[in-house]
Formats: sequence, structure tokens, C-alpha cells
Amino acid sequence: MPRITMREAISQALWEEMERDPSVFILGEEVGVWGGSYAVTKGFYDHFGPERVKDTPIAEAAIIGAAIGAALTGLRPIAEIMTINFAFSAFDHIINEAAKFHYMFAGQMMVPMVIRTVSGGGRQLAATHSQTPDAIFAHFPGLKVVAPGTPEDAKGLLKSAIRCDDPVLFIESATLYQLRGEVSEGDNLIPIGKSKIQRPGKDVTIVTYSKMLDTSIKAADLLAQEGIEAEIVDLRTLRPLDMGPVLESFKKTNRAVVAEEGWRSYGVGAEVVARIYEEAFDYVDAPIQRVAQKEVPLPYNRTMEQLALPQIEDVLKAVREVL
Amino acid sequence: MAEIVNMPKLGFDMAEGTLVRWVIHEGDHVAKGEVLAEIETDKATVEVESTYEGVLLRQLVSQGTVVPINDPIAVIGQPGEEVNLDANVGSEGALEKSKEAEQAIEAAGTSNPARGPVYEIRVLPVLAEALHASPLARSMASEMGIDLRLVRGSGPGGRITKKDIESYLLKPSVPDPVKSPSQTPIAGDAPVKTFIRETRIVPIPKLRAAIGRRMADSTQQAPHFYVTHEYDVSALTDRRKEINLLLAVDDKLSVNDFIVRAVALTLLEFPNLNTSIDLKSNTLIYHGEINIGVAVAVENGLLTAVNRNTDQKTIYQISSELKNVVLRARDGKVRPEDIEGSTFTVSNLGMYDVDQFTAIINPPEAAILAIGSAKQVPVVVNGEIRIGNRMNATLSVDHRISDGAEGARFLQALANFIEEPLRLLISF
Repeated sequence: MPRITMREAISQALWEEMERDPSVFILGEEVGVWGGSYAVTKGFYDHFGPERVKDTPIAEAAIIGAAIGAALTGLRPIAEIMTINFAFSAFDHIINEAAKFHYMFAGQMMVPMVIRTVSGGGRQLAATHSQTPDAIFAHFPGLKVVAPGTPEDAKGLLKSAIRCDDPVLFIESATLYQLRGEVSEGDNLIPIGKSKIQRPGKDVTIVTYSKMLDTSIKAADLLAQEGIEAEIVDLRTLRPLDMGPVLESFKKTNRAVVAEEGWRSYGVGAEVVARIYEEAFDYVDAPIQRVAQKEVPLPYNRTMEQLALPQIEDVLKAVREVL
Repeated sequence: MAEIVNMPKLGFDMAEGTLVRWVIHEGDHVAKGEVLAEIETDKATVEVESTYEGVLLRQLVSQGTVVPINDPIAVIGQPGEEVNLDANVGSEGALEKSKEAEQAIEAAGTSNPARGPVYEIRVLPVLAEALHASPLARSMASEMGIDLRLVRGSGPGGRITKKDIESYLLKPSVPDPVKSPSQTPIAGDAPVKTFIRETRIVPIPKLRAAIGRRMADSTQQAPHFYVTHEYDVSALTDRRKEINLLLAVDDKLSVNDFIVRAVALTLLEFPNLNTSIDLKSNTLIYHGEINIGVAVAVENGLLTAVNRNTDQKTIYQISSELKNVVLRARDGKVRPEDIEGSTFTVSNLGMYDVDQFTAIINPPEAAILAIGSAKQVPVVVNGEIRIGNRMNATLSVDHRISDGAEGARFLQALANFIEEPLRLLISF
């Protein structure tokens, strides 16, 4: 299998799906002539033309509103929101329209659209452009939220998202575009709503997703040198949340750390930990630890930004705490 | 003005209680409804709640002291309020403290120390001492029958974890599987594992200890004699079936409900067996109420569920009241009035396929009736062997109160109700 970057994997998924299905089109800020602010759609404009790769004004509500309208008429729009922080401008359309129409119109209408966006900090983009509000979007029934941590999963999940008849928020990580990994060639679909054990182990379960998967794997490598075998469960999809592999792993290790890039309060970790306590209480051998971002607006200063973001050391510390 | 809190009386036969633990310390503020102290009686540990608001000016007894009922145990008043007590008290004894208390009462200007109730009571379930173990360790221990108190915890704050359970299991020397040289192992047979469980020493649970004390007192002090009678329960069985067809599942009557009412009605004719003996005053107390106690098995022992004025209630009422008490007893939420004040006790092991048994009198009562199982047995009727329904009951009686002849007559009279159960439905 070829080793390619996350950027290439996402780009391949988009390209292949646009080739396969003429109803798929892309719209967003700088996605066309410029090739995307993260260069994911480079070359798309020349190949597919301005009809299917649409540059839009800097108006997120308009982008999402237009995508919803197109989806209702039977197209499969892929709306790109440059960073998830800008999705707040389109929040009403995402939550009250995209996520609700199927329900509000008793199944008469579907909204088969994908919102591709970028979450997370670490690139010195300061407090308003560096947030990880994934959990906020995962709060609402009706909206699927996918956040892959490997190129393989990014490609397979994005293809599934494009073919999905419901709206899918597809969250990419700002610092993972250069991450390389083996990616299956051809039409390898990965189902939405399935967690996966990315690394087997027996001593402690690390539950994580997206950027923190990479951090956790690096931490697990260090732990392995000490003889501690960490099992890593990658959620991959935040809604619907698949607790199966998490519980299966936890029942084996009895100890867990949940690592996420966003803030701890009301976060993904809070949800996962609560579910473990609810569904595997009799298997708990130590209080479960959460690794998360410090509860501050993310600083611009590079040193302070890195201090506020969860690091490998934080995962190591949490693992030692539960063992 | 300072208020006096007294040792509560939690039942008609309670003479004293042990102040097990002070919850509020001297000088601390206490709110209405806040727990002041825990008191242990023969039957349960109860929390005494304050109905006063103020500062606990003085604890008049120390922890572990046995205090007679209505004796003062604490003074509650305003911060800084003078309680004119001799500050230099050497003895911790209840008597000394009582004197102190008298002074306290005078000091507080309270003329009536035995004033109305100043506490509310709540019975606590018998709890193990606080012990830290992970949920996994707890579930492993309960599955394997391990007493967690014997396991050393290595986690933070001494928390017992899975690892500690595993090392506890490894600790006792497990002998190698014993192989007899004469036995040739058959191919595919797993070796026989011998597992020796560790001998455990555990403190006697409170309720068990209380039962032990009372039963030892009863057998040592009350000379028991026993009379057994066999009852024809064919009619009772039939009537019960008919009645239960009319009742909802939760309301169905038990054989015991019939017996409890039959006993209550029979006791009307035998007041001598509805008495308590009081050795201090050398008197017999003929109770005005007929309150039937029913022995109920609970975790770690048994309690007597009390039904009051049973002779004045229908079987249906008796049944539903007892069901509620039994539910509370098994949940550890029993109220003092649920288990205090019985005048005669019925102990029924009928559900366990028991022919008959003898019970120990529940002191200070005069007698207890032990009921066996209702069974189909061959009986002789008019010179022919037929199938009959029979049930044995054995009455244990305190010989200081009554004699064999009266016991036998009681059992005969009881037959009038048990063998002709329609009387139970009409008599009042």
C-alpha cells in the first residue's frame, strides 16, 4: 500500500467521488482558483470546472445555506468551511436546518451534504481561530460528526460521508495534513459510526481521536519501552458514538485515559468517561483520567500555546496516574 | 434559652441505649434536622436528629456510654450562653454525667427535662466500616466470596484494586494437585485442582450480636416448655385459593396471614399468653394491645415485623401491612415502630419444607408459635386412610408465666380458627 499524506488521502477521496458521481460538487472560500487554503483541492478547478468547484464570498451562512438548498434538490454538495471557528457564523443553518430537516419533514426530505472543516490549534492562529469545539457539534442528534486520525480513515470515511444521505460534519485536524500513512488503493469505504482499536495492548486503554490519536501513539511508544502496553481506541466518529471497542478494551484493562484536544469541561472525554462508568462500572479499577486542553482561550505565543495544548507528556502522566 | 436533649425511647421494652458516636462536636452549630448522634439499641442503630437550632453547648455523655432512656445527653443553646457546669469532670461514667446533666438543666432554667420529643429517629442499615475498593475489586470479591476487610489495598489511600485481589488469592499456599500413584490419568483429562479457601475471621455483625444476646438471655432466664399440635389445613388451603383468585398478584394472602389473625383472635381468650414479665418489679404486664410480631429473615439475621392491634384488623389489612414492613426490613429502611412493641411472636418456616421446629421466646414476651409446612399426608378418617392436609405448630411458653395445660388449650382453641377459617373472615 502506498504511504501518502492526510492531505493527499482527503484529496483522493474528493477526486474519486467527483469522478464517480456527477451530483457531487464543492463550494467554499478559495476552494477553486486558489486550490483550497490547505491545498486539498489543488487542480480540481482546472479538471472539474467552475460549475463543480465553486468559489464563494466570505459568508459561511451563505455557503451552508446554499449547500442545504442544493442537497434538498438532490445534489451532493461538499461545503468547505475554512476553519470550524467560522462555522459559528453558520451555526443556525447547520443545527436548525441541515440537522433537522429530515426529522421536521417526517423523512420527506434528505440533506445529503458534507461540511468539510478544520479544527484544532498549534499553528499560532490565536484564540479565535484555534479552537477545538468538536463536542459542541456532536451534541446535536441529526448531525453526524466524523473526525479521522489517519490518512486511511480520512479517505474511507470521507467517501462514506459523501455517499451518506444525512448531513455529515467532517472534521480535519490543522496539524495532521502532513501525517503519512498507508492508504488502501481503490474504493475502500470505512463505515461512519465505528470506533477502532488502532493499537493493541493490555495494561491501559487510551480512548482518543483525530490529532490526539497521533499524540497517543507516540506516548504509547514511550510507554512500551517501560513495558507498559497501552491499547488505543480511536473513536473516528463522535456521533453516532460507538462505545463497543472502548468497553471491550476497558473490560480487559480496567483502566483508561481519554485524550482529546478540546477543553475538558463538557467535552468528548466527559461523555466517554460517563459512558464507561455507566456501562462498565463493575470493571473500573481506578478513576479514569482525562487529557485535554487547559481551560484558557488558546494563546498566540508559541510557547504558551504549546503549554495550553495537550502533549505527549500529559498522556504519559495520565497513564501513570491510572496504573 | 438552652434546650436539653434526652436519650430517646425507641420502643416499649427499651430501657437504655448506647451512644455510639457523636456527630456534632461541642461548640459546633447544629441545624434543625441535622444528625446529632448515633444510638445503638438492642435492635438497630438509629440517628438522633436535632429539632433545635443552635450551638451544641455540651455533650453530657461520652461515646460508648450506656444511657438510660430520658436521661439528658446534650445541651443546645446560643453561642456563648452560660451552662453552669463544673468544668473539671474526671469521670466519664453515665452516673457522673447524669449529675452534671441535672446541673445543666438547672443552669438552663428548664423545669421539665422530660419534655416532648426533641428528636426524630431514622433506622440505619447495618453498614460495613468505610472501606475503599475499586468497583472491579468489589465485584471480584463478591463473585469469589472474598471478605474485602482481609485484603490489603495498595492503591491511593489504601484502595483495594484488582491487583490486590489477585495477590490475596495467591497468598494462601495452594498445595499441588494430589495425584494418586494408582490412578493412571486418562488421556485428555484435566488434572484435578485442589483449592483450599482461607479460614476467615470476621467481627460479628451488630444485628447478629444483638440477636445472640437476646436469645441467650431468653434461653438462660426463661424456662421454656414446648407443645406441638397438628392442624387440618384443608379448608384453609381451599379458602385461601378461592380468595386469592379475587386478588391482584401483589395483594395475594399467604397462609401466614391467616395464622397471624387466628393467633390474635385466640389470644383474646388467653390474656395470660399476651403478657410480658418484668423481673425488676416482679410483675406481669397484661398488654392491652394484641400486637403480633412476625419473624422476618433479613441480611445477617432476623427482625420481628410488628402488626399492631391485629385482633381488630382483617386478614387483608394484616397482609398488606406486613408486606410493607417486610419490604422496608429487607431494604434496611425499617422504622422503629415496625420492629418494636410486639406482644406475641409467630415464626413461620413453612416455606422451607420444615415438618416442625421449636422457637426461642422473643423476650420479654410470654410465648412464641413456630409454624411448619402445610403438607399432604396420609390420615385416618373413619377407619380409612385418606390424603389429608396437615400443618404442625409448636408453641414455646415461658414457664414463669404459664403452664403446659394452658399452652395445650391455646393450641386447641387456635384450631377453631385454623380449621374453620371462615371464622377468620367474620370474627371481630
